[in-house]
Amino acid sequence: MHLWYSLVDLLLPFGWIQHAFMKNALLGVLLVTPIFGLLGTMIVNNRMAFFSDSLGHSALTGIAIGVILGIENPLWSMLFFSVLITIAILVVKEANTASTDTIIGVFSSTAMALGIVILSRNGGFTKYSVYLIGDLLSISSFDLMTLGIVFVLVIALWIVVFNKLLLASMNQSLARSRGINVRLYEYLFAMIMAVIVTISIQWVGILIISSLLILPAASSRNIAKNMRQYHVYSVLIALISGVSGLILSYFWGTATGATIVLISAVFFAVTFITKLRLG
Amino acid sequence: MNLNMIQPKCNHSRQGTACTCGLCCTKITNFGVSRGGTEILRNVNLHIHCGDLTAIIGPNGAGKSTLLKAILGEISHTGELQFLDAKNEGTTKPSMGYVPQKLDLDSSSPTSVLDLFAAAHTKIPIWFTYPKKTRERVRESLARTQAEHLINKRLGALSGGELQRVLLALALDPIPHLLLLDEPVSGIDQRGLELFYKTVSILRENYDLSIILVSHDLNLVAEYADQVAFVNNNTIECGGTPQEVFSNEKVIQTFGLDWSKRYLRDEKDRVDNALMV
Repeated sequence: MHLWYSLVDLLLPFGWIQHAFMKNALLGVLLVTPIFGLLGTMIVNNRMAFFSDSLGHSALTGIAIGVILGIENPLWSMLFFSVLITIAILVVKEANTASTDTIIGVFSSTAMALGIVILSRNGGFTKYSVYLIGDLLSISSFDLMTLGIVFVLVIALWIVVFNKLLLASMNQSLARSRGINVRLYEYLFAMIMAVIVTISIQWVGILIISSLLILPAASSRNIAKNMRQYHVYSVLIALISGVSGLILSYFWGTATGATIVLISAVFFAVTFITKLRLG
Repeated sequence: MNLNMIQPKCNHSRQGTACTCGLCCTKITNFGVSRGGTEILRNVNLHIHCGDLTAIIGPNGAGKSTLLKAILGEISHTGELQFLDAKNEGTTKPSMGYVPQKLDLDSSSPTSVLDLFAAAHTKIPIWFTYPKKTRERVRESLARTQAEHLINKRLGALSGGELQRVLLALALDPIPHLLLLDEPVSGIDQRGLELFYKTVSILRENYDLSIILVSHDLNLVAEYADQVAFVNNNTIECGGTPQEVFSNEKVIQTFGLDWSKRYLRDEKDRVDNALMV
């Protein structure tokens, strides 16, 4: 951490970065946004925006379970519950009885309602509202360590699974004919998503976490012509929105996560207009 | 046409017999598929020699696509799938190429033809980099189906016929023992479809592969297929040469009398013409 602090002091001699919490937040943004940019591309490809949304919502029940069990850091109960609900959604989806968005909708709203019911007992919901909008400035050195490990793991996994996942997303039988275990990769992808969404929620907030996943990829999609451009633009847009959103939220005194999302939205608008003009 | 390929009308007596023609072959013995307690396919037997084009026809919902998916191993099935080489040895699982009806992607997807091939061929994630040789290999593959000019195009920007040629090229790299084709119901114009059948026909002559084709175009089946299997009521109700199958009662009932009459008349003309020459 000391290395990071002195590096920032050296490279960025600005007023806003003097505080330790801003240095931490900046590192957090630099770790989280590239992952969001990367995963987002596949989420948009697979039309899974709604799924990432429901993962965010289900975190509320994860927090509630943590409270009931008296766990100090609800991260573990949140992780446990989001992995559980991911498996539940995938299993029910395979039974093929209703359309996927209906199934996700059912699980998502149930989980959210359950979380609200438990947390609002005795009228105490307000103290959990921090999870709704998130607080990036509260990120601690320990959080950053966790984030660093997750960053490395996700990138490593992503390198291994991406090509197979892409084929499976285009046509399951085609992937199967090339010896790909479609189900395994589908589960792996959903798990990666569950973990990254859950870990980021305390800093970004339940309400906007999925927009942060979707917007950079959706913007990039407007202008990219192949997969490499798609990923490069997406990661760049995520990074730029993240850093500039952090700085602006410092000067405006606004919630960081939401500010970042707004800037990504501007990127989407600009790329969308570019696409329309270029045809 | 090789007479060995002709199956007796409407029976499945071939099961258990070895290849007799000195060519490699694929044997499907006693296939059955059940899902959720409902029997989708039962007692399916097919015997396909290398260089054979076997067309699967039948009414909608009869289980044609299910049969392909069962052969692919995507859905579980009972019965046996065997691949025997020329010496009648080796019951290894055949390698398969599959041409799907369509891809699940919207037209704005930034996936190029090269991306699709690279994702199938390489382990390095395609958003990172391609190995140098990939582009050359992809160009060669695409050349097999006259599609090399499409290499940098987005998949969503291709016409139905172009996409089908690209997918065929992908299925042929590497050359499989068994090529499975699920012909799209719509989206391809008649000329594109004919070009596709011609390409498949040429491939079959140049490479030693068996082809199973789920088809909706009876005219083209009549022209290009060596064997036809009529799937109805959850099984192959009738199999044999196009002439045999298209003169079968049940087939005529399913596809309409007019079509069959026209086919048989045309066929007679064709034979007469051949005799005159």
